[in-house]
Amino acid sequence: MSSTVIQVENVSKAYRLGQISSGTLSDDIKGWWAKARGKPNPLLKIGQDDHHNREGEYIWALNDVSFTVEQGRVLGIIGRNGAGKSTVLKILSRVTAPTSGSVKVKGRIASLLEVGTGFHPELTGRENIYLNGAILGMKRAEIDRKFDEIVDFSEVEQFIDTPVKRYSSGMYVRLAFAVAAHLEPEILVVDEVLAVGDAEFQRKSLGKMGDVAQQGRTVLFVSHNMSAILRLTQEAIVLEKGHLAIRAASPEAVDYYLSAKDARAGERIWEKDEIPPAAAPFRPAALRLLDQKGQVVETVRSVEPFTVEMEYYLDAPLTGLRIGLYLNSARGDQVLTTFDTDEGARFEKYASRPAGHFVSRCEFPKDLLNDGRYILGVNASSYRIRRYFMDEKALAFNVDTSGAPGMQWSEPRPGALRPRLEWKIEKK
Amino acid sequence: MAGSKIEQTNPDKWDMVISPQRNLLDLRLRELWHSRDLIMLFVRRDFVSVYKQTILGPLWYLIQPLLTTIVFTVVFGNIAKLPTDGLPSFLFYMSGTLIFSYFASCLTKTSETFVNNANLFGKVYFHRLTVPVSILISNLIAFGIQFGFFLVFMAYFFLRGTQLHPNWWILFTPVLLLMMAGLGLGFGIIVSSLTTKYRDLRFLVQFGVQLLQYITPVIYPLSSMSPKYQALIRLNPLTSVVEAFRYAYLGSGSINLLQLGYSFAIMLIAIAVGAVIFNRVEATFMDTV
Repeated sequence: MSSTVIQVENVSKAYRLGQISSGTLSDDIKGWWAKARGKPNPLLKIGQDDHHNREGEYIWALNDVSFTVEQGRVLGIIGRNGAGKSTVLKILSRVTAPTSGSVKVKGRIASLLEVGTGFHPELTGRENIYLNGAILGMKRAEIDRKFDEIVDFSEVEQFIDTPVKRYSSGMYVRLAFAVAAHLEPEILVVDEVLAVGDAEFQRKSLGKMGDVAQQGRTVLFVSHNMSAILRLTQEAIVLEKGHLAIRAASPEAVDYYLSAKDARAGERIWEKDEIPPAAAPFRPAALRLLDQKGQVVETVRSVEPFTVEMEYYLDAPLTGLRIGLYLNSARGDQVLTTFDTDEGARFEKYASRPAGHFVSRCEFPKDLLNDGRYILGVNASSYRIRRYFMDEKALAFNVDTSGAPGMQWSEPRPGALRPRLEWKIEKK
Repeated sequence: MAGSKIEQTNPDKWDMVISPQRNLLDLRLRELWHSRDLIMLFVRRDFVSVYKQTILGPLWYLIQPLLTTIVFTVVFGNIAKLPTDGLPSFLFYMSGTLIFSYFASCLTKTSETFVNNANLFGKVYFHRLTVPVSILISNLIAFGIQFGFFLVFMAYFFLRGTQLHPNWWILFTPVLLLMMAGLGLGFGIIVSSLTTKYRDLRFLVQFGVQLLQYITPVIYPLSSMSPKYQALIRLNPLTSVVEAFRYAYLGSGSINLLQLGYSFAIMLIAIAVGAVIFNRVEATFMDTV
């Protein structure tokens, strides 16, 4: 018999876009004073009336979302960036309040929004375990009881009395996760923290999360990694632009998410209203997948080369701009990353680009990919300066492996790559 | 959550309801009391971390008031020759600085609660008042150290035959400290909540505290002022506390219960107003910081 431990009812959350008020008291007072006299706010831009300004500045990060979670369930939360996943977690962990609606919770809720929050660099590992534990909601006696276990798990017992500022980043993360993992809350909220640490530690962490679920506790797991979602959750919800799109068994939810219209066939064209204002002066136009003959295709043959082209405008000259392509498998595993100025000579030549209309074209060789579905992401940035634009799931495409090496056997071949490698067989 | 097991038998009983509205005057003191371990750890963190990698370490707690007192003694006592009610100017200034700086440090540190902890508050929920309360306690400990130092000087002057008149009002000290803490907390959380939106206030606080010191009888006795100015200075809720503190230990100054009652009322108002603003800001401040 299971009972509902989380009940989210019609929760909406509005954020104000851009700057919150004018930032200084004097400017706000000027605004109020002008309004009180019935004059327009002197700080508003000309042509921008007061009403429009206020209406346009809100964005609904969550819009009327309702769901319940039963005790002992592991529920996945999937969605693109900005779909509202993090907002759900923030509201659940009480970091921010909803604009309307309510959330009811039974039992202690602990979030691993980011491990190591509240660690103080000057304090020793031991002191930080206590401090961090208390911040996360543990009582002193509880920490005393679990102290040895935490230290064991973190593998830093030698340095437990050293200030954590002397720790390597790996040690730091291990200690932080160890504290969080021993919280033993009734409900655990996890947001992709498992991406940290070395492989061995990740394995341990996932195991710990599995244990938590085994013990009848409830877990909410947010991730971009579809394999992790499939492995760890039985059920998932998909958020789309602040709405709850679907709630279903994990494989079904993952399929829904992957086939959602956001990755179009062969070509992705950005409409004017889809380009975030923050991207300026970069303006994406289209990302296309082309076959050998230069035609837009949705499926490429692995035995033929294919081309990916990114068309864009620069409304002002840019220094250090690089266009990046991210190739991921549909399940979320990364295959490769490449930039248009990777090559030293091109990097020198395009140190800065004038304003204008550009196409960056990348040729992928034949015999590269295995069969399956792939997602192309695109990014425009200046290294260490600014990221202008990013779309992690701009385009999805299929790879067909007919004629590829090894097709004489019908068994599925794991791995994202299927290169034609030179084998030599010698008889000695 | 010891209670959660029992509550699970009743399916309609929730441990926590998150909703946009909440009672603005409710400071959830019971929850605060449950967070006392955290408060003590914050206090400890403040002590351990502040003086790490300093040569003099905790001695700074003594050096700061000592230097202030010496400067005041030289500048206001010896050069400007301000009256000190017949007390040794050193003790006079030290007593004033001591109690005033307890208020001042509570106020300035509390007023930075949200801005300094934005990172932490943005990721984990715990009762936000644990931070200001831990600040009051750390400052109280610092005050205790400085106070002990003050007693040493008092004893020294006393043994040299200076006429000092400590009296039973000394027993009133905890109340005076409570008032200073309350005033610092009340105004501190008001400023702290408003600084999430208006950063101007941070500068105003630093500056304002300095100015406030001059309309508080720290460097002069209230009795030395003309009645017109006295009335003005009495409007300052800190005046009665500083005067009473000095009267209790040194025998000069004044105890005015009506005046103290006024200060107490101001403190309660500041805390109530602070609570309302704090509660409003706390719910959504992560969206504005």
